[in-house]
Amino acid sequence: MADLLTVTDAGLYCAQGDFYIDPWRRVPRAIITHAHADHARSGCGRYLCAAPGMLVLRSRVGNAAPIDSLRHGDTLSINGVEVSLHPAGHVLGSAQVRLSHGGTTWVVTGDYKLEADPTCDPFEPVECDVFVTESTFGLPVYRWQDPKTIAEEINAWWRANRDAGRTSVLLAYALGKAQRLAAAVDPSIGPIIGHGAVMKMVEAYRASGVRLPPIDRVPPRTRKMGAGRALVIAPPSVAGSRWLDIFGETSVAMASGWMTLRGVRRRRGFDKGFVVSDHADFPGLLTAIAASRARRVLVTHGFTDTLTRLLQERGVDAAVLPTRFAGEAPPDAAVVDGEDGDSENGAGDQATPHASPEPDDRGEEQE
Amino acid sequence: MKRFTDLYWRLDATTSTNEKVEALRDYFAAAPAEDAACAMEVLSGGRQLRAVSTALLRAWAAEAAGIPLWLVEECYAHVGDLAETLALILPHEGAEAVTEGVGMGLAECMRTTILELRAADDGQKRATVEHVWQRLAPRERIVWHKLLTGGCRVGVSRTLVARALAEVAGVDPAVMAHRLMGAGVTDADSYRSLMTREPTAADARRPYPFLLAAAIECEPGNLGAVTDWIVEWKWDGMRAQIVRRGDDATLWSRGEELVNEAFPEIVAAATTLPTGTVLDGELLAVRGQSLLGFAAVSKRSGRRRVPRKLLDEVPCVFVAYDLLELDGIDIRGLPLAERRRRLEALVPLPCTAGVGSAATAAVCAAVTESAAALPPRLLHSPCVVGESWESLAAARSTSRDRGVEGLMLKRRTSPYGVGRVRGDWWKWKIEPFEIDAVLLYAQAGHGRRAGLHSDYTLGVWHDGRLVPVAKAYSGLADAEIVELDRIVRATTLERHGPVRVVQPTQVFQLAFEGISRSTRHKAGVAVRFPRIVRWRREKTPPDAGTLADLMRLIDMATVGNSPHPEAMA
Repeated sequence: MADLLTVTDAGLYCAQGDFYIDPWRRVPRAIITHAHADHARSGCGRYLCAAPGMLVLRSRVGNAAPIDSLRHGDTLSINGVEVSLHPAGHVLGSAQVRLSHGGTTWVVTGDYKLEADPTCDPFEPVECDVFVTESTFGLPVYRWQDPKTIAEEINAWWRANRDAGRTSVLLAYALGKAQRLAAAVDPSIGPIIGHGAVMKMVEAYRASGVRLPPIDRVPPRTRKMGAGRALVIAPPSVAGSRWLDIFGETSVAMASGWMTLRGVRRRRGFDKGFVVSDHADFPGLLTAIAASRARRVLVTHGFTDTLTRLLQERGVDAAVLPTRFAGEAPPDAAVVDGEDGDSENGAGDQATPHASPEPDDRGEEQE
Repeated sequence: MKRFTDLYWRLDATTSTNEKVEALRDYFAAAPAEDAACAMEVLSGGRQLRAVSTALLRAWAAEAAGIPLWLVEECYAHVGDLAETLALILPHEGAEAVTEGVGMGLAECMRTTILELRAADDGQKRATVEHVWQRLAPRERIVWHKLLTGGCRVGVSRTLVARALAEVAGVDPAVMAHRLMGAGVTDADSYRSLMTREPTAADARRPYPFLLAAAIECEPGNLGAVTDWIVEWKWDGMRAQIVRRGDDATLWSRGEELVNEAFPEIVAAATTLPTGTVLDGELLAVRGQSLLGFAAVSKRSGRRRVPRKLLDEVPCVFVAYDLLELDGIDIRGLPLAERRRRLEALVPLPCTAGVGSAATAAVCAAVTESAAALPPRLLHSPCVVGESWESLAAARSTSRDRGVEGLMLKRRTSPYGVGRVRGDWWKWKIEPFEIDAVLLYAQAGHGRRAGLHSDYTLGVWHDGRLVPVAKAYSGLADAEIVELDRIVRATTLERHGPVRVVQPTQVFQLAFEGISRSTRHKAGVAVRFPRIVRWRREKTPPDAGTLADLMRLIDMATVGNSPHPEAMA
């Protein structure tokens, strides 16, 4: 029997249901695992996403796009294929896509993490026959610390900066990580200020019912606002730009899983690196794979060869699911471009964003 | 150990000189003398011995982490630093409970967990290593691994260490720099005596800190009147100081090592100098009137004992260009012109090899015979006379034929300063050789460039194919390296471990200092000090140079070119 999903020029395709999952071209029908730019392209004929991610996706693909939503766990039949969406724990509304047809069940994880995140539903293990997993951080050097420990580290850094009269600038991807960090820090230390790209998503999160602490916009005319005391959350593209000038003396920290490595931390010359990722770490990947109880595992998006070989040695029927762009994660390609390695481009499979950076965060730099 | 780990990471976290000095000062002010001495040894970047082979460490770490060895290797290729890789894959459990580290100072930690381990059998080694792993947090493990494998290098110069120590000891930085020259601080006692305000017995034979020249950045014409400058050839040898004090002579390399054993004939000649003399100059390999070049001298410099054969094969002379001490008096503060006058009185023979005319060589030979008091092992560096910058430029253009590297410009009135003093000593080197070459292979770098493909192998055309001719590591800006890294990944044809064979698409302007025929290299040529000058984005591979072009350069570089075995790995 043919596979339920195949890789085509436009992306992961289900012929039986005639739909794509996270297509990289405009297609008539797309199921979107989450709203990050490398998963949610604009211009498709019709979208389907998980209900909690509706507003976030809307803000990314535009008001005119027809978007259907499905509550987590509910089932929809598309041309005879049973489709349901299940929380992936990556960002608000991120979903694993479960497909069932002819007695075979597939799960496509999209991006996922197992750590607790107060801004989205926790990852839900879904049993299946074939498990399609990402592998962004699929090397054993990547192991995340407890989110509470990281939050304390960030708070300590912010407090020390405040006491020294420096503004704390925390670089994080505008969708997901920025909100997660805002929810994790201690707002009693000082005001939290969001870059325009961050605020757009903060609004979508709030409108979706996620509780976030007060976050101020950067007022266009009031210079020096919050300078010396505030925590400014901004996309990595602002690093080294004039946009930061209004905050006076700053300490700039990057929040990314790639910050695990000393070489990456040093190269970019951030004052500080916090190891925070919305992707599963290496043990997390292995845990999720085991929990799926799948008889076959397809590895995509990241350290595909490495993880596949390890799984095979451990007796798992595993293979690489080739995506359009081959290669392993280049931590800096993303970081140096000023784009977050985790959420958008880090996996390196997505070569297109490197060559022609998504405009998302850049249009608002002049704010 | 915790204190040293903190120092390591503070130094690692900053590129600011002042912050580095501050971190060092805080460390030395707080550390016990025993630990401070140990830290100095590590910071000096001296040769460290490996207590446990990295092969064993990898195997033990793989087992402790519960992953296969190949996966450790994959991680290493990605991280680019073995100490860090192992620290990251080891179980974190246990390490978090003990935040105080191994609970012993650096010196004791070095002694009991590293030095004593060298003699232990593998079983004992493993027991100790696993014991320490359980007690260290990942950031401490990285530092300890580096000490254990003999690869702990920190980015601080001796000058910065001297500045920090001077602050702690309350002495002048120059005094501290002087004391640090050649003085091995190995234990608490030598550290204490280093930090004392009083002059110590060991001061007696120390060389002075070398004054270093900077590469000239402007047209020499902008340096003012040519008469303000003393001009010499830039010798292609090894910088050294002769220190003649008490009843012996010592020879010091710029690397601050005592090299008496490697150049016995120079030391013997130096003992004929009056006591209380210090000369700064260059060790050169000379045969007849030909200069043999740096590669020849370097055959001798690392030796503890020089076999007779090598002494004959690579005869050396010392060419002095400065006099720092005379009659036991430090004269570094005198103007250069005055120091040179006294130097030429003390060492009357000029070096003529390569640079002298037949007439001066004949005069020198005559002088040599009459002035038998000084053996011709000791010479002085003759001045290059030029009435104008143009005539000096003309002289400089003859450098390659003479086997020298260009000219040195030294301000007539300048004192002999400490370290790299800009403005008084300039190197006016000859232009390097250049060729356009195509990127063929790329390899991921280490340290700051870990995970980025930053080591490049470049090739030129030969018989319709591109043949590799040089490996270049430097010359591109950070942003360019990142950009090129992407191109490397996107155009990879094959992978051999960390090396990627790429589609030949990128052309670079490659510069190098020397070129010679070589049987050890596939293309039959070896280039010296290759580096990338410019990314020629406007060019495509067919525009690149050919092996025939390189062969023509060899013919141009006829003099003073013994093969340079260090040029290409």
